[in-house]
Amino acid sequence: MSLKDASRRRFMKGALTGIPAVTIGSGVSLTASADEPPQQLTDYQPAFFESAEWDFIIAACDRLIPGTGPGPGALETNVPIFIDRQMEGGFGHAADWYMKGPFPDDVPALFGHQIPLTPREMYREGIAAVNDFCQNRHDVAFAALDDAARDQVLTQLQDGEIEMASMRGSYFFDMLLQNTKEGYFADPIHGGNKHMASWKFIGFPGARASYREWVDQHNVEYPLGPVSLNGERG
Amino acid sequence: MARTESPVDVVLVGFGWTSAIMGMELTDAGLNVLALERGEDRDTVPDFAYPKMADELTYGVRYKLMQRPAKSTLTVRHNVGDMAVPYRHLGSFLPGDGVGGAGTHWNGHTWRPQPQELRLKSYVEENFGADIIPDEMTIQDFGVSYDELEPFFDYFEKVAGISGKAGNLNGEIQEGGNPFEGWRSDEYPMPPLARTYNDTLFADVARSEGYHPFPLPAANASVAYTNPYGMQLGPCNFCGFCERYGCLNYSKSSPQTCILGALKRRENFSYRTQSEVLRVELDSDGERAIGVTYIDPEGNEVFQPADLVILGAYSLHNVHLMLVSGIGTPYNPETGDGVVGKNYAYQMNGGSSLYFRDKEFNPFIGAGGNGEVINDFGVEQIDFAQEGFIGGSYINAAMTNGQPIRNMPLRAGAPSWGEGWKQAVQETYGHVMSIGSHGSNMSYRDCYLDLDPNYTDDHGRPLMRMTFDWKANDVRMTQFMKQKIDTLSKALGPDDYRLSFKDFDTRYDVRPYQTTHNVGGAIMGTDPSSSALNRYLQSWDVHNVFVMGASAFPQNLQYNPTGLVGALAYWSAKAIREQYLPNPGPLVQA
Repeated sequence: MSLKDASRRRFMKGALTGIPAVTIGSGVSLTASADEPPQQLTDYQPAFFESAEWDFIIAACDRLIPGTGPGPGALETNVPIFIDRQMEGGFGHAADWYMKGPFPDDVPALFGHQIPLTPREMYREGIAAVNDFCQNRHDVAFAALDDAARDQVLTQLQDGEIEMASMRGSYFFDMLLQNTKEGYFADPIHGGNKHMASWKFIGFPGARASYREWVDQHNVEYPLGPVSLNGERG
Repeated sequence: MARTESPVDVVLVGFGWTSAIMGMELTDAGLNVLALERGEDRDTVPDFAYPKMADELTYGVRYKLMQRPAKSTLTVRHNVGDMAVPYRHLGSFLPGDGVGGAGTHWNGHTWRPQPQELRLKSYVEENFGADIIPDEMTIQDFGVSYDELEPFFDYFEKVAGISGKAGNLNGEIQEGGNPFEGWRSDEYPMPPLARTYNDTLFADVARSEGYHPFPLPAANASVAYTNPYGMQLGPCNFCGFCERYGCLNYSKSSPQTCILGALKRRENFSYRTQSEVLRVELDSDGERAIGVTYIDPEGNEVFQPADLVILGAYSLHNVHLMLVSGIGTPYNPETGDGVVGKNYAYQMNGGSSLYFRDKEFNPFIGAGGNGEVINDFGVEQIDFAQEGFIGGSYINAAMTNGQPIRNMPLRAGAPSWGEGWKQAVQETYGHVMSIGSHGSNMSYRDCYLDLDPNYTDDHGRPLMRMTFDWKANDVRMTQFMKQKIDTLSKALGPDDYRLSFKDFDTRYDVRPYQTTHNVGGAIMGTDPSSSALNRYLQSWDVHNVFVMGASAFPQNLQYNPTGLVGALAYWSAKAIREQYLPNPGPLVQA
């Protein structure tokens, strides 16, 4: 759904039903949901990831940002959906990147991306390599490991201990972690951060983008919840 | 076979700040002016309209308004003997794209250089002796003085609409401004922005340490304002989506908000977008430009005849166009001969991240140019002979945004993932302020730009190659600033703080964003054997080519470049109008 459609629908809905004015003194903040409710992760059919890959993504996201402890986890905020959608867009295809060769070997990491793989190809090769590693060490795929073993494998991946044919394993980990955090904190319009749960957790007001009268209210917590690009109000 | 368009008097390559300025000045002079912009057309509405700008992923992380390396990039290496590799995705610096260029998505820190910085080599020699300049350091004077540029700084500040407080009005030091700045003929056109919490904490501590804090000069309107062209700016609402975003509020100074509305009304001005200039065409003896060749939106090659060619693309692209067009002699780092590509420099920055358990900073309440500064360790304040380096920094506490994907500073030792990461995020978000040093970067014999032998763009042109690394002189400078910021950080009394400064083993890393202040490569000066441009930004070799932008800086300032870039454009425009047009030819005899 484009933003333009969303705002037109919102306008028409308002025109038909009338938007109730805030009752002065009620003390209750009204919230609103987006026109299109977020998808359920359990119902989602990935467009890019194949079944075994999807199992890995869900299991890895669940450990990178688990549901335990303070704040929401990656699964309840639909981070895997975000990553799948990113794979289908320009990012997954490295559409904006310079991808012409030659690609010399062993370029130091501080020169950035220096392999011929797009992010889609990195995920495909990286997931297969981690699953192979788990099969060899543990006789099961990554997703079948318990939490402690998953954390151990992710740490090994982060530390560069899992070999891959076309890239450093740590480079794949860095991209997976970065994309997981992106899905957690990005506007819900991109598929993750369901119901702006990560923003509510940290106190980020999202797309409000107007604070003139708050600039000189020093050391006072901002009182309003977040808003999103498609009109959700938390 | 290339199509040929009707001739124009002036063709402007690129359509950001400098071409917008040149467009106003040269249409004023009655010339027929055309701008060619390789990117898309952009304006506040619809391109920067609320709420779509408030999208960190699209604009802040995926760089929707920036140059796409797939279409245009360069290669990078550390040393002369190395093979350079392409800058395949954006990181360290973010050249702009589209109408407005980087002027749409900057933060808006708008400075004048110190008078000493414009004649740095002479200043060093006169005060400390030529022998303190390391052999490999190739600093030079700009060839134009602060006094000559002062009216143009003043005018650019009035056009852009800068919020700030003067510290030196005609030699009289003013309370609340920067007491160390060069003289100003007038106050800033707008008062400083309202102060955020971090500003006031930093200002109090800086003052108690005996320093001289003042508000950062900001290209974000603090009040309602109309500029000399009749363009209106409304007060900034601290939306927290400034750098990397177009302004949704007509508050940030940009070509769109300050110039283009006026320029587009002029009948003798036109512009074409998605029109990428491939090269400047020269006449048979290579002494005069006859126009430019560009690719139109349908992919056709077009020859655009013009009497005057003004390169107003991003600094790196100006140098690339000179190299692929054969304007001036390419620089050779082995012999030191040649000038085009010489003296590429960057910016030496560092910082401290301070965590206060009990303070609420609301970091999402931010403006691009919000910040408090001290200039007590500027280039002009430091005894280079005693300290063992040439250079300086301003030190500031800024708070531009709280966008959580990119702005999530955690305490030292915090886990990068897992439950521990979530705990660290909860503990620190909103409770961190920063202090930064923004420092000069000298130029060196082996830091330069030339054409890459291995990689090409879609048009078959060689990519430009950047050879650059950090040097000991500049690391000594930033380590000096580290000591000062360490003291200031302690004095602020945080629960915890973390310093991040380059050290002697730090190599240039293209991945993390540092700054889009790439300078040099087409430097101005007083002598054609050591500079590509004369003091009016005119090519020494091809007199009807003028080259705008920070590519003209012989080394980098301690400040952000745009104030000087704007002033130099007006300075050059005046020379074109008053000297060149009546008598076309070299404005300075070699």
